[in-house]
Amino acid sequence: MEPILNVENLTMIFGGLKALNNVNITIEQGQIAALIGPNGAGKTTFFNCITGIYEPTTGDVTITPPGKSSQSLKGLKPNQVTQKGLARTFQNIRLFQGMTVLENVMIGRHCRMKAGIFGALFHTHAQKNEEKKAIYDSYEILEKIGLEQYVNEMAKNLPYGAQRRLEIARALATDPFLLLLDEPAAGMNPQETKELDDLIIWLRDNENLSILLIEHDMKLVMSLSDKIHVVDYGKKIAQGNPEEVKSNPEVIKAYLGDESEDA
Amino acid sequence: MVTKKEIKQAFFIALWFMVLTFPIMVIKVNTIKNIVIFRWNYLFWIGIGTFFAALTWNYFLQLKENKQKTETSDDIPLVHKLLQNARFKIPFLIVLAIFFLVYPFIFPMYHTSIMISALVYVMLGLGLNIVVGLAGLLDLGYVAFYCVGAYAYALLNLHFGVSFWLALPISAVLGFLFGTLLGYPVLRLRGDYLAIVTLGFGEIIRIIMENWDSFSNGPRGIANIPPPSLFNIDLNQHNTVIYIYFIVIALVLMTIFFVARLEDSRIGRAWIALRDDEIACQAMGISKVKTKLTAFALGATWASIGGVVFAAKTSYINPMSFTIWESITILSVVVIGGMGSAIGVIAGAFVLILLPEYLRAVAEYRMLVFGALQVIVMVFKPEGLIKGVRKIYKFKKVEE
Amino acid sequence: MRWINITLGLIFTGVLGFWGTREVISDPVYFLELLLGGITRGSIYALIALGYTMVYGIIQLINFAHGEIYMIGAMTALIVASVMGLWGWNSAVIAILAVVFAIVYSCAYGFTVEKIAYKPLRNAPRLSALISAIGMSLFLQNYVMLAQTPEFLPFKSLIPDFLFWEPYAHIITSVELSIIIVTIIVMILLGILIKFTTIGKAMRATAQDKVMAALLGINVNQVISTTFVVGSATAAIGGVLIACHVGQINFFIGFLAGLKAFIAAVLGGIGSVPGAVLGSLVLGISESFFTGYFWSEYEDVFAFSILVIILIFRPSGILGKHETQKV
Repeated sequence: MEPILNVENLTMIFGGLKALNNVNITIEQGQIAALIGPNGAGKTTFFNCITGIYEPTTGDVTITPPGKSSQSLKGLKPNQVTQKGLARTFQNIRLFQGMTVLENVMIGRHCRMKAGIFGALFHTHAQKNEEKKAIYDSYEILEKIGLEQYVNEMAKNLPYGAQRRLEIARALATDPFLLLLDEPAAGMNPQETKELDDLIIWLRDNENLSILLIEHDMKLVMSLSDKIHVVDYGKKIAQGNPEEVKSNPEVIKAYLGDESEDA
Repeated sequence: MVTKKEIKQAFFIALWFMVLTFPIMVIKVNTIKNIVIFRWNYLFWIGIGTFFAALTWNYFLQLKENKQKTETSDDIPLVHKLLQNARFKIPFLIVLAIFFLVYPFIFPMYHTSIMISALVYVMLGLGLNIVVGLAGLLDLGYVAFYCVGAYAYALLNLHFGVSFWLALPISAVLGFLFGTLLGYPVLRLRGDYLAIVTLGFGEIIRIIMENWDSFSNGPRGIANIPPPSLFNIDLNQHNTVIYIYFIVIALVLMTIFFVARLEDSRIGRAWIALRDDEIACQAMGISKVKTKLTAFALGATWASIGGVVFAAKTSYINPMSFTIWESITILSVVVIGGMGSAIGVIAGAFVLILLPEYLRAVAEYRMLVFGALQVIVMVFKPEGLIKGVRKIYKFKKVEE
Repeated sequence: MRWINITLGLIFTGVLGFWGTREVISDPVYFLELLLGGITRGSIYALIALGYTMVYGIIQLINFAHGEIYMIGAMTALIVASVMGLWGWNSAVIAILAVVFAIVYSCAYGFTVEKIAYKPLRNAPRLSALISAIGMSLFLQNYVMLAQTPEFLPFKSLIPDFLFWEPYAHIITSVELSIIIVTIIVMILLGILIKFTTIGKAMRATAQDKVMAALLGINVNQVISTTFVVGSATAAIGGVLIACHVGQINFFIGFLAGLKAFIAAVLGGIGSVPGAVLGSLVLGISESFFTGYFWSEYEDVFAFSILVIILIFRPSGILGKHETQKV
């Protein structure tokens, strides 16, 4: 079977800095993959490149959604990438502050809805049904994520952990086949991290999703991931299952540093 | 309450302002007649005024800071609370409806005419609120579309005898097209650049109208624009004003109705998402281009309709009615009323347009007060007089 | 896309170059007049644009009220000069004192405006600060209009016609010459201030990273205030010079001049001091040629069109660095 995401020779250059240098990553259907590496290794840049926020200098990103044919993401805008079925969360929470929790999730439904100006102004039959369905679907997603008690709360008033989960809910609402999570556990306490761990596995098993996550919490990464990709200074230095990665000398060097370097 | 230190500080601030405003406030020069007048009494009033202003300013600034520290959740404005309460809402709306229905019959023509202006500003404000309040695009050239609407009616009538009622939809479409047209090149611009470029567009349209004599009749403007017709019945002047009044009421109701629907639709949510976080908005599958253009185009549509009404009401237009100050007045209505809040914008329009009309004594201070209010509102109450609230969705227990 | 741009650019330059050469040959004196007029105009823009670009560089705010600071500079000079003229003082003393007062007062206004309208909004959304700035601009205009007069006031030039310059005065007047020379001097002084002094270094550090600068012991509030004061001082000089040049002022002159200067700053790359100077010269000279050879009534349309075109094709200006938004 084709991998659902195939990134080939991805390079991103900012000015003189090679933020990503010939990175190759593939993700299989139903996999939970992790992208790890020291701070500034280029992990978030990688996300930005495949989701269309940055245009990579060179390289190819191909997706094969389950049951569909392969296509390249080259030159697509972020919203088009999302439409193709890649959804992401952000490292520094980027919720829509001026909207309620439910509306935040409904924004995720946006690209699966069709109503235009006319429908909005005249409340056509189709628009009303669509709107009703969007509200229902969004509520359902909130229930799955466990945020239904906040439904009409303003997003900015949520506790920190709940905001992170809301980002996941919002991403889920776009009907993705691949979910990209950028440090989902950052700032969470052990209890919340545990719940997140369960949630991610639940999502994979019940929602038919594949997941790629960036994470610094090694315990979480090791327990969750089927496959781990390690980058350092924009270069991919290792990949494999948690055991392989843990014992890889390159990885240990990247994390602990040479004696000549400051860690 | 007030500490000694604060009084001392206010005293020095007052001194500072006395020195600061000395040349401009105290000395009045007229270099044409070579006269210089000293107005020493102003110095005294400035001193007293700034002393108390400084005390109040600091007091409220501290209040705001303390509030930020202690409160995290925000309260719903009183108006919204009352309107959510059905027992209050229905009688309130009835009283309001009766007031507006009988208004032109009780008050003389002059007052009806002023009310019409205020209502036109409600329309313009609600239209600009789409662009600035909901979509977060600071448009300083909004008057351009107002101008397009007014000139569209005036010129179509002049050359082709197009009636008010036909001009209304034509200008609406024209406004929509112009909004898209002008929106397109500025799509990539961020906040403050956008503000300057739209300001430029507004000025360009006005300058063209001023100089393109053969098209727009230049600075002389266009006169004798007919008021709306009513089944060929000849109305006297007073009745015409009353007639226009009800047309505007209908248009305002329509605007409120449509804007409310837009706000809670797929498109409205996309606007707010764009305002709150452009990158996250795109990452959630929303097309930036489409969203911005619809905001521009719909905002322009209402300005254009407002322009037609304006032309019909005044029966004379010239480019001087469409200067940057008009844009700033409309912006003040939106900002001071409450960005993103329809009720706020309506209240803002009434306060800002009616007050200066009735307080003739302060009419010349109008722009001064607008300016000061913009600063004060931004510093102390950035969300405006009445801030917006989002729709509350009710859920029945979901069936298993 | 790229080659289309290049081809179009070449064709455009070619046509313009050919046409321009023909015009220059047919009437070189007129051409020279327009060029010098453009440089004069550009110098004034530069003096105002510096304030915009420095403030933008340091707090990313379009200081809408900056044009008004310039107007207040000119107005103060007018008032001081009139009063002293009435007292029958020596004209050289009047000129010097008027300029000094104009600078001092503009600085004081710039400083006060920042404290009232921008400082409380340091952490607010950019839109709030911008609206506050617009409000400030509106307030200052109307304040001067109400306290003085809405009419244009004649401004007696503070710069005498230099005798030694008389043979060339038909091409460029003494006032224009002074404008260009003063601008050059101000630019050099400012360059020294920013490059070599402690406060200049603190400004550059704050512009790059406010938090880091504060951690290193730089008093950020003080640096921001200084930036406003320096920007106001150059604007005041520009205000006095233009008043001498045009010969009349009113409360409204700051608005358009401010806008044009802002356009110039954007043209050169906002945030960059050399960019502001370059942008101002480019705008001034091209405006001068446009009004001289084409339609003078569409001068402002031309300026705004340049702004739009620049922002669309090169959003960071001629000398601005292209920055990627951080995610």
